[in-house]
Parts: sequence; structure tokens; C-alpha cells
Amino acid sequence: MSSAVLDAPLGAPIKTRRPRRVLPGFGPTMGFTLFYLSLLVLIPLSAVFIKSAGHGLDAFWAAATAPRVIASYKLSFGASLLAAFINLLFGLILAWSLVRYEFPGKKIVDALIDLPFALPTAVAGIALTALYAGNGWLGRLLEPWGVKVAFTPLGILVALIFIGLPFIVRTVQPVLEDMETELEEAAASLGAHRWQTFRLVVLPTLTPALLTGFALAFARAVGEYGSVIFIAGNLPMVSEITPLMIISKLEQYDYVGATAIAAVMLVFSFALLLLINGLQAWSSRRNGEGARK
Amino acid sequence: MSGAASAFSLGVPQAGSGGRYQRNPATREAPWVRFTLLTLGLAFFALFLVMPLVAVFHEALRKGWELYFASLVEADAVSAIKLTLVAALVSVPLNLVFGVSAAWAIAKHDFRGKQLLITLIDLPFSVSPVVAGLVYVLLFGAQGWFGPWLQAHDLKIIFAVPGIVLATVFVTFPFVARELIPLMQAQGRDEEEAATVLGASGWKTFWLVTLPNVKWGLLYGVILCNARAMGEFGAVSVVSGHIRGQTNTLPLHVEILYNEYQFAAAFAVASLLALLALVTLVLKQFVEWNAHRTLKEATP
Repeated sequence: MSSAVLDAPLGAPIKTRRPRRVLPGFGPTMGFTLFYLSLLVLIPLSAVFIKSAGHGLDAFWAAATAPRVIASYKLSFGASLLAAFINLLFGLILAWSLVRYEFPGKKIVDALIDLPFALPTAVAGIALTALYAGNGWLGRLLEPWGVKVAFTPLGILVALIFIGLPFIVRTVQPVLEDMETELEEAAASLGAHRWQTFRLVVLPTLTPALLTGFALAFARAVGEYGSVIFIAGNLPMVSEITPLMIISKLEQYDYVGATAIAAVMLVFSFALLLLINGLQAWSSRRNGEGARK
Repeated sequence: MSGAASAFSLGVPQAGSGGRYQRNPATREAPWVRFTLLTLGLAFFALFLVMPLVAVFHEALRKGWELYFASLVEADAVSAIKLTLVAALVSVPLNLVFGVSAAWAIAKHDFRGKQLLITLIDLPFSVSPVVAGLVYVLLFGAQGWFGPWLQAHDLKIIFAVPGIVLATVFVTFPFVARELIPLMQAQGRDEEEAATVLGASGWKTFWLVTLPNVKWGLLYGVILCNARAMGEFGAVSVVSGHIRGQTNTLPLHVEILYNEYQFAAAFAVASLLALLALVTLVLKQFVEWNAHRTLKEATP
């Protein structure tokens, strides 16, 4: 019986025979879900758009495109993109090592990959600052080379790499584990070089997962606040990220400015969320056949 | 991404079977390639994940154990611990009830717009924590929609405990639901339908049939939800007002100490949060292991 349940997940033919709504409780649970979702998420988020509209388009535009704000968009988006690219490469290497290789301490490495999800961002922020400050373990090594990380945009990049890494590893790892070796064997038997096999057989299979992980890491990095502000230095026009602009507007009681920047960020997150959903659907379609034998 | 879901694909080799690939000439890399990749990956891992973790404990204990414990039992730290516990104790059960209810409605029934609803539930994950805090200021702050009414009735939400709880509920909103929905969808409805046909009530079906099947996924969601609730910084920082001893959670307390150059104390409190993170990772591993074992027993 239990195995039937396990095999059932995508049993389309059963679905057509089933009369609709056999199980009770749809009304109350759906009602509660919609009520709770609207009250805590949808209505509060709509406040941002309604408030921005209320201030008029000119005020909105002036606040959302002030030079200091534009500089913060460039920094936030640029650093997030770069961090996601670096994580794409090293996340793939780590996922590959965890699935394909044996090494001592593998289980501990596997468990610690999730550290950035579990460690409060403020803790990560002060820890990275302590490491990369002029007298820190790493800052001391880099200083003679003239490289300053803490309190520069480079520090922001370091913090964003930290928080984004698990997104790539955890989206690529399951796909790599599910991948059949037959295709690689076929490629090898047809005389393909290992690198050719990787580039032409393995990489295309991983592409949807890599893109999803990239988008998730990027989305998270753009909104990130806690781990960045300690190491950033927060100099106007140089190292101010967009979420910090919202905070500093709020501290000056400039609600129009804060709301306008928040509206821009929200529109961007919605767009990314849709993209990620599309990517995930593509990814599960792509890997569905292989995983489901 | 969700461990409970990935534990579901049973054909998956568990960690420890990497040798399988290296024995097969078709899936094996040259030793120097393997060595280079492992070195690069592990160096990156050590640099970005291990070193910050070690640094927290090193900095916390630099001035000795005495100061370490003194910073943890100091009055402001204790009230920050209490407030953090309150925020988690309210938000985790609320989101747990929501998650179970949403998963029941979505996974066990058919209706239009299901995908849209799932996307909307995921929304809080893609919103910047700062924006999450700001929306409640826009609603309940002095300039907000309900601000004048709240002031007239002498109620305080922003710069007070209710605001902190609200912001925490927002950022931890999807954790339980997004763990349960795929799990319950994958398990299908046959067992529940059999129970209902045999005369069990909805509640009885849920408690005796559904819950035992999803308990590890549920626990997994609760653990992640709790970790985020206790560690949230950005959203809480916007609504808190940073009143020492009153509206400071642990992460905010870390920030205040740090900005006052009390580094040892800041890292001592931070080490408490880092320990919480480590406990979370251990529990998570334990739950994944159990979910996997249960599944193995269930399959012939």
C-alpha cells in the first residue's frame, strides 16, 4: 500500500477517475490560507504601490532616480551579478566534488554548505568584517598587496558570495545525483574526450539547474542587508547598497523616497520570481524523464 | 533545494558513494583534474564558510571566558534573548498552522490558480528584508494608514514588540508551507481517500494518516523557520527603533554592541547565534537522515 503511494505522485490516469473533492476541509483551509496570505503579505505589499502612487509620478520619479540612488542600484546589481557568477563556478565545483568524489570530511562539508542559510546575517557581517579588516586574519595578508576588502565595494562582493553559495550548490547537487551515467558512457564509447563529454553531455543537463541557482542567488543578493552593511563602509556614491538607501531615507523621515525605492525593488523581485518559477518548471521538465525511470 | 523533497528521490546515491563514478572509466577524470577541482572547491569552502565561523568564536573568546559569560548575562543581553524567543514562539506556530492549512488545501484538492497561489506564498522569500520591514511602517507607523487610529487608541505597533513579531512572521512566512506542499503533492491522496471512505472524519484522517507521513518534512520546515525567526536582522531592524532592553532582539543587540566598539561582547552574543545555527544544521541533518530511512523502510 505504501509503495503504491510512493509510485503515485504523477498518476495522471487516476486523476480522471477521481470525483472532485473527495477529501473534506477544502473550504476552511483555503479560506484561512487566503485570509492569512492577504492580511500578512498581499495587503502590506500593496501599501508600497498605493503609497508611491499617492505621492504623484514626479515625486516618485525624482526619488527613485536621484543620483545617489542610481549609484546604489548600479552597485547592488553589479556586485550581486558578479557574486552570482563567482558562486556559479565554485558552486558547480563543490556540487561536483560532493557527488562525484570521495574525500575525508565529506559529510561535514555537505552539512556546512547550508551555513549561510542558518547563520544570522548580522553575525556573518561582523565575522567577515573582522576577517578582512586591516588587522584581521585575511586583511593582514592582503594589505601588503594593496588590496583593501573591508569598507570597500570589494567587501560587499565578499558578503554576497557568502550568502549566495548554497543556492547554487543545493540546486545543482540533486540534479547531478539523479543523472544517469549511461549518457556519459555512450559518449566515452563513441570516443569523446572527458572534457568534451562534460561540455556537450553533462553541462547541457545541468544548465536549467545552474540558471535557477544563479537567479536565486542573484535575487537574494540584491535584497541582502544584514551581512553587507557591516563590511560595506557605506560611503555615499561609492559603497551604499539599495536596501541601505531605504533605511537612510526612513531615518530622515523621507517616506516618499523610501517608498519609491522600495517599489522599484519590489517590481524587480516580482520579475525575478516569475523568471525563477519559469526556470524551475523548465528544469523539472528537463530532468523529469531521467529521474522517473 | 528542499531536503525533504530531495530525500524523496530514492534512486539517489547517498553521500559516500562518490567512488562509484571514479571506478567507472567513462565517468572518471584524470587524477590531476580531480585534485585541482577538489583543492579549488575546498579552498573556496574554507575561505568563505569555515573562516567566518571560526572567526566568530575566536573573537568572542579573545578577552577570556569571564568577559564572554558576563556579556551573555548582562541585563540588555538577557532581555534581547527573551524578545528573540518571544518573536520565534509567536511566529513559528502561526506559520506552522498556516503551512499545514495551505498544504492541505493545495496538495489534496484541485482548483484553478494553484500555481499562482504557490508563487504568492513564496513571495516573502524574494522580497528584501528591508522592504518587508518598511511595509509595516507604511501601515502602522505614525505616517501610516492606521497610524492616527493607533495613536488615538494609545496602541503601539512600530518601534514596539508587535511590529517585531509582525516583521518576523513576514520573513518566515513560506518556510513550513513550501516544505509541505511538494511533499504532500508527491504522496498523493489515496491513503486519505481510503480513510475518508471508511468513515474517518477530516481531522482524524489528517492526524492519523497525513501527519505521520509528513512529520519529517514538517519538522524540517519548523527548524528552518525557527532559525530564520531568531536570526532575522534587516526587517526587524526597520521596525524596532532599537530601544535597549525593550525592542532589541539578539541580532540587533549584536549590532548595537558592535557599533559601540564593544567587539568582544558583540562577538560573544554573536557566538550564541552561531551556536544556534550549528544546532540547526545538526537537527536538519538528523531530520534528513530520518526522512530517508523512513522512506527506505516504506519501499520494498
